Amino acid sequence: MVPETLNAYIGLSAALFALGFLGVLVRRNTLVIFMCLELMLVASTLALVAFSRYNGTMEGNVFVFFILTVAAAEVAVGLAIIVALFRRTQTIRVDRLDTLKR
Amino acid sequence: MGQFLFSVFACLTVVCAAGVVVCKNVVNAAMCLLLSLLGVAALFVRLDAFLLAFLLLLVYAGAVVALFLFIIMLLDTRGQQAPQARRGLTVAPRIAAAALVVAGLASLFVKGRLATPAVGTVPALGASLKLHAYLLFTTYLLPVEIISFLLLIAMLGVIVLSKREGEHSGYGN
Repeated sequence: MVPETLNAYIGLSAALFALGFLGVLVRRNTLVIFMCLELMLVASTLALVAFSRYNGTMEGNVFVFFILTVAAAEVAVGLAIIVALFRRTQTIRVDRLDTLKR
Repeated sequence: MGQFLFSVFACLTVVCAAGVVVCKNVVNAAMCLLLSLLGVAALFVRLDAFLLAFLLLLVYAGAVVALFLFIIMLLDTRGQQAPQARRGLTVAPRIAAAALVVAGLASLFVKGRLATPAVGTVPALGASLKLHAYLLFTTYLLPVEIISFLLLIAMLGVIVLSKREGEHSGYGN
């Protein structure tokens, strides 16, 4: 049982962010990398809301709005890029997308 | 009761986030992402940010995960899931990664103590819809307008990206 403190929320947020970052580093599938990016964004929003709640301010809550909007736009454009990439190369694995290395 | 709920949802969030990282199947990873987002929305409710919890469910769970699943089905990359010969890391990155993890954990245990204000005495401003609306239309009016332009640009970008090359008229075959 974890006491529900600001520290616990920030620790949870850090853990979520670390998991997302780990996923971005180790996974080879572009879609999963993208999901892990979303996880990192959500982790940051959790930290913002927690700070906002425990300090009695409103700014964190408002910024979560903007993060949500930017994340939605990012998902739309990113998935369109992935689809365009798949049409051209027939793969979405990052270890096969090595044109710039050759 | 509060502690119990917090522990349950924190566990749900972290376990499902780990599931996103380790699941081999992309659809399972998307489902884990959905559950993880549900956990985060529940934590938002615990933090009295009801509107944000609702928006998180609506935007992420409703739109984003559905879009992910749609793209997964559309691309149908099942033939590419065969595990490849995994190239192991060399020694230097392993040492660097382990050192970073140790340094992070050490700094967490040495300095990671935030003073927790008594939550009962702090007003839950995030619960107030009126305050959200007031701030968005006064202090943060310019960012809201910029965000609307960002959405417009994203929409145009998606339309341009999803056109096939050498095709000039819409989505025809």
